[in-house]
Amino acid sequence: MSARSSVSLQDRILDKFTSSDALVSVVVVILGFLVGTILVAVVGRDPGGMYSAITQVLTGWDLRRGVWNARYIGEWLVVSMPLILCGLSMAFAARTGLFNIGAEGQYIVGLTAAQFVALYGPPIPVLHWVLAVLAALLAGAVWGGIVGILKAKYSVSEVVATIMLNYVAFFSSRFLTMLIPGANTYRTPNFPTTALLDSPFLQSLTNGSRLNDGLWLTLLSVLFFWVVIGRTRLGFSLRATGLNKEAARYAGINVNSGITTAMAISGAFAALAGAIVALGAFTYGRVLGGQDGYGFNGIAVALVGNSTAWGTALSGLLFGMLTSAQPLMQSRQIPKEITSIIMGLVVVFISLRGGVRMLLEWRMKELARKGRVSE
Amino acid sequence: MPVNAIEMIDITKIFPGVVANDRVRFEVLDGEIHALLGENGAGKSTLMSILFGLYESDSGTIKIRGKEVRIRSPNDATNLKIGMVHQHFKLVHNFTVTENIILGLEPRKGSGNVDLAGAEKRVAELSARYGLAVDPRDKIENITVGMQQRVEILKILYRDADILIFDEPTAVLTPQEIDELLEILRRLRSEGKTIVLITHKLREIKEVADRCTVLRRGKYIGTVQVANATESELAEMMVGRTVSFRIDKKPCQPGELVLKIDNLTVIGSKGVPSVRGLSLDVRAGEVVGVAGVDGNGQSELIAAIAGLLPVKSGTIYLKDKNVTSSKIRDRIQAGIGLVPEDRHKHGLVLDFRLDENLILKSFRKSPYSNRWGFLDFDATARHAEDLIAQFDIRAGSGPATPAKSMSGGNQQKAVIAREIDLSPDLLVVAQPTRGLDVGAIEYIHRRIIEERDKGRAVLLVSFELDEILNLCDRIAAVSKGSVVGVLTAEEADERKIGAMMAGVGAQRAGEQNNEEGGAHVR
Repeated sequence: MSARSSVSLQDRILDKFTSSDALVSVVVVILGFLVGTILVAVVGRDPGGMYSAITQVLTGWDLRRGVWNARYIGEWLVVSMPLILCGLSMAFAARTGLFNIGAEGQYIVGLTAAQFVALYGPPIPVLHWVLAVLAALLAGAVWGGIVGILKAKYSVSEVVATIMLNYVAFFSSRFLTMLIPGANTYRTPNFPTTALLDSPFLQSLTNGSRLNDGLWLTLLSVLFFWVVIGRTRLGFSLRATGLNKEAARYAGINVNSGITTAMAISGAFAALAGAIVALGAFTYGRVLGGQDGYGFNGIAVALVGNSTAWGTALSGLLFGMLTSAQPLMQSRQIPKEITSIIMGLVVVFISLRGGVRMLLEWRMKELARKGRVSE
Repeated sequence: MPVNAIEMIDITKIFPGVVANDRVRFEVLDGEIHALLGENGAGKSTLMSILFGLYESDSGTIKIRGKEVRIRSPNDATNLKIGMVHQHFKLVHNFTVTENIILGLEPRKGSGNVDLAGAEKRVAELSARYGLAVDPRDKIENITVGMQQRVEILKILYRDADILIFDEPTAVLTPQEIDELLEILRRLRSEGKTIVLITHKLREIKEVADRCTVLRRGKYIGTVQVANATESELAEMMVGRTVSFRIDKKPCQPGELVLKIDNLTVIGSKGVPSVRGLSLDVRAGEVVGVAGVDGNGQSELIAAIAGLLPVKSGTIYLKDKNVTSSKIRDRIQAGIGLVPEDRHKHGLVLDFRLDENLILKSFRKSPYSNRWGFLDFDATARHAEDLIAQFDIRAGSGPATPAKSMSGGNQQKAVIAREIDLSPDLLVVAQPTRGLDVGAIEYIHRRIIEERDKGRAVLLVSFELDEILNLCDRIAAVSKGSVVGVLTAEEADERKIGAMMAGVGAQRAGEQNNEEGGAHVR
């Protein structure tokens, strides 16, 4: 009797696991941490250190010394913002059935546009950075929109087009930024302070961290995503296109313009990430030496977040947490690579869901067979 | 006492969530034609797939010629001399008949080269012996679907099969080709072959089968001597209740011209014209049927009317409006409703909820969204509740039911509800009852007639001749992308339309019918 009920409980868990996407993500994250913990133990370090580092990132408490410093929370959010935005970029495209692997390029385009307006725009408070952000959004929308048009008009795979445009964006950014008078091989002169996203309020809250007004822009973006995808006509037609392009076309939805719009909005999200990094974390324009990698991490963020607005926000915070825990872990003699391993595992486990589903089907059959035999 | 060629005892096969076969028994005598009858989803194909080694059963035993066997793959089945003619042929189009037949079993000459000449000789012999009239050197792409089916038959005969399974073999054939196939089946039986015929068409069973086993919802219902059973008895066994196949309808009262297609040519997916100079018109208050074998331009015709495919030449008028090059959305607005052929691919967004699917064409309009572009979920759900009640859609969690969790019949009802709810002037209905059970078919047919009686123009495209004859007021037979002739319901019968579907004009079809009527001895 007890064996029977335990079986059904197990089945219930498996059933839940495969039916709720949100739950899968939670379970997968826990699994990732579990394996990470074991790995830390295996290499002979104290897994507790990892969790104390994470606690410090999340709450600011340094458990070893009993000191509280809100700056860690601020830094965590600073790292999370571009991850969330690039995640939203990927997620928005994914909801329309597109694979936007070009968030990195769109991020670079946005960053570059913001830098130019920061250097050459009118140094009027607020208006200056608003213009810079708008320029970034426009640049990202164009960069993404090009891919959309190529796909809609000429059936060019968005995967290929975005990867290629990543390189175009990267090298154009370097080339153009180095043309700025006073720029050397790695930086431009300082921005006027009117261009910066610095927020004295947020800084004072977080004990002088780099946390800036980008926070509000990120929050707005999550809200925008949530409202547009879920509750507007545009979102309805994009979701229909993403889930069944042919049925959408039969229903009179203009699939091609949908693809272009979706790619433009997707590009704008990533470009906003670029603008926030350029104007929030730096005081000068950068000549990029390599790719910042937010765009590519955004793919994983969206995957764990199930391409929903709030899921992506949460998973962006998770990835941001792991990233900003790295230096703290190192100071506790724990290899910082563990966090990358956890991130990787989470993605792998998410992809294993199909496998779990197969397992479930097999079990159901076994049970049915046993039920028949005993009859 | 004759030996059982096939004995399947207590076969159970479970798919996630469905018991496809529930302790089914199936016995076929040596040298008989045995029909396996059941509705879609009754478990016929599953049972035969188990026999052919495509699936393994979860429990039960199989005996072939009295010996218990395990069939784990089609290769095992072939070794047991079991062959299957699938519904969708598995042929290489640019290979010849012989090349297709010997594929995977190529006879070698001493030099190691393929002995094509020898194989051709053997194929010709087999073809002659069973009266198949297949030329071993023809390329598959140049021969008709009926011929391709014979190649499939030859393929299994070449492998020495003496148990032949036919999976819905008549679905893709014209009435004439069906007659020829049934003749071939009789010939095969007289040569000592055992034949299993999977079908849901009662008339074919009455014509050729010796015995018939009926399945319903995965369960074994019974096996009967076909000679002792009437069609309606068989139907009752299949469905579980008495069914009427005829629908009562008032005489049609055609009104103004709604759809006028003039000399339409449409390029199909292969780059050649699929619709060639087709002309057709549909009036308000009548159902016009397009009868034809699959692949004679029907899909392209529908696509052109709906605006999914560009028109190469010719015109399409909806009432007085030329819509030949209008956008899809404008045509919907102008009053064209479409129930597409494939509800999963084209009719529904399966991952959407039912209520979202029901506003797929109208979500831009009030009350489903306001002028700022925001959706109104309450209005959407209320609309869905309305249609659920009105069209008797069975959906587990009401408007919130995911479309993919609904049964095929209810999915189709949802599509039809959505299209009728838009109250279009012209309702284009393609294959509306494919894969549905009898109950749903009756309902959908009734709804189509109701729309006609409300004064809508209905264009029905179907490969089921019964459906066309049942519903339509006028019938246009198409062949190779053009209309061969148009008959009224009174003039039409299966033979005439069949001849026209094969490309013979209306005039000649009548004559031919008379000749054949005299010559045909049953």
